Amino acid sequence: MTPTDTRHPIIAMTEKIGRAAVAGVEEIGLGAMMVLESFYWLIFGRREKQTVRLGAIAEQCMAIGIQAVPIIALLAATIGMMLAIQGIHTLRIFGAESRVTVGISFSVVREFAPLITGIVIAGRSGSALAARIGTMKINQEVDALYVMGINPVRFLVVPAMVAMLIMVPALTLFSDFVGLFFAGVYVNLDLGISLAAYMDQTIDLLSVDDLMHGLGKSVIFSILIAVIGVVNGASVQGGAEGVGKATTRAVVQSISAIIVTDMLFAFVVTR
Amino acid sequence: MNETVQTPPRNVIEVRDLVTHYGDRMILKGISMDVRADEIMVIMGGSGSGKSTLLRHLMALEHHTSGTMRILGEDIDELSGVELVELRQKLGVAFQGGALFSSMTVGENVMLPLFEHTGLDRKTMEIMARMKLEVVELGGFEALMPSELSGGMIKRAAFARAIVMDPKILFCDEPSAGLDPVVASQLDDLILLLREALGMTVVVVTHELESAFKIADRITVLDRGEILFIGTPDELRADPSQRIQNLLNRVAEDDNMDADAYLNRLTGEEPAYRPL
Repeated sequence: MTPTDTRHPIIAMTEKIGRAAVAGVEEIGLGAMMVLESFYWLIFGRREKQTVRLGAIAEQCMAIGIQAVPIIALLAATIGMMLAIQGIHTLRIFGAESRVTVGISFSVVREFAPLITGIVIAGRSGSALAARIGTMKINQEVDALYVMGINPVRFLVVPAMVAMLIMVPALTLFSDFVGLFFAGVYVNLDLGISLAAYMDQTIDLLSVDDLMHGLGKSVIFSILIAVIGVVNGASVQGGAEGVGKATTRAVVQSISAIIVTDMLFAFVVTR
Repeated sequence: MNETVQTPPRNVIEVRDLVTHYGDRMILKGISMDVRADEIMVIMGGSGSGKSTLLRHLMALEHHTSGTMRILGEDIDELSGVELVELRQKLGVAFQGGALFSSMTVGENVMLPLFEHTGLDRKTMEIMARMKLEVVELGGFEALMPSELSGGMIKRAAFARAIVMDPKILFCDEPSAGLDPVVASQLDDLILLLREALGMTVVVVTHELESAFKIADRITVLDRGEILFIGTPDELRADPSQRIQNLLNRVAEDDNMDADAYLNRLTGEEPAYRPL
């Protein structure tokens, strides 16, 4: 029971906004600390008797990366074909369908492959990370790690973060290839441009810079997904319902963060 | 130089004037207590008495506001990260819900501390884990997942994990909570057995009177963040204090409250909680 609020609504509102802002800043700070702490354990873990296990990283790579290959392949292929369909449709207005490769190759490599990979991994693994850490917290498993002398950040967070850092760019590269290939297949069927000619054009058009633009973004996405998942999982309160809320929050936050970062990155890098 | 031969400290845990806060609320109000080597100390008290908080502090999971705590002779405020990890290898904890890792088998759960802190080969660790599982009568269950165990079995598996490093002190949080009386009584026997067989000091937090009287060498009674009583079970029974007798006879305490304050609480005109 809280006492009846007798303050002026504007004052109450201001206080509410202020509290929310402070909570937000606190969460960002916690996230930043988590990243720093993770790198600390990764580099100095052995010295502090908190060695990060390669096996744990491999396990996470499997769960985050390898098991996501089918869905990423499916979505990358779909996006590639969608771009080809829209590109041809739009360029037909000017009778310039044959120039569709330009649009496809830049869009896939610079935008769509990193974006779709980031979103799928956020939905699949960011949420799983939040749920796992949240459940472990309410079941006292995190406390159990502490009392066993095992640092939870080193044991739970570092393997997931490292696996994300490896697998998200790797999957982005993979979806580059899949997306470009399936766009090519559609272009071949619709316009009769041979697949070989399409590939040739694509390779001519794309530079290493374009590839790095996409992969650079995916590295940032991977850290965002991991940190947001962990921070939400670690702040779970109030049983199973809390875990559900944290999981949803992690997905929504990381997808929003990915999209906003994507725009900012494109803006800064293309200046 | 015979003088330098260290004898183990008589008190394995020494708490002096421990004050803790949860937010602005004071939970423990200056507690002093000792746990002697090889004894079973039961910490009792009702909900909100601070007994779980005290246990979390004894396990060095929380930061206290003031006071000192020495565990196995070490002041935990003065320990570095590595020293704290080393101290923790001498402590075992059986959590209330077991806190077994659900993604690992029972055997892997029990093996985890060995895997993290010793350089033993896997075969040896497996044998050691099986030995501890035999102690808690869970031999042959190591390949099962925690979700496949019953409540009593989970607690026993948690005990196996807690004792796998042969700790000096074993902490048990509400060992009989949520169990039927027979299984609860078996767990009490297990605690007695562990003390006998492995020679460890045991600290048990519980609100079960029967279990406390069965296993305790000494009992600490906490009430509203203060120590009401420390002594043997017999001394506890004989204690004339009304609050102790209420606890023993399960009489709910009258909350003496000013009529105005009560009215204010009902009408919500002042903060509903009174700082403890």
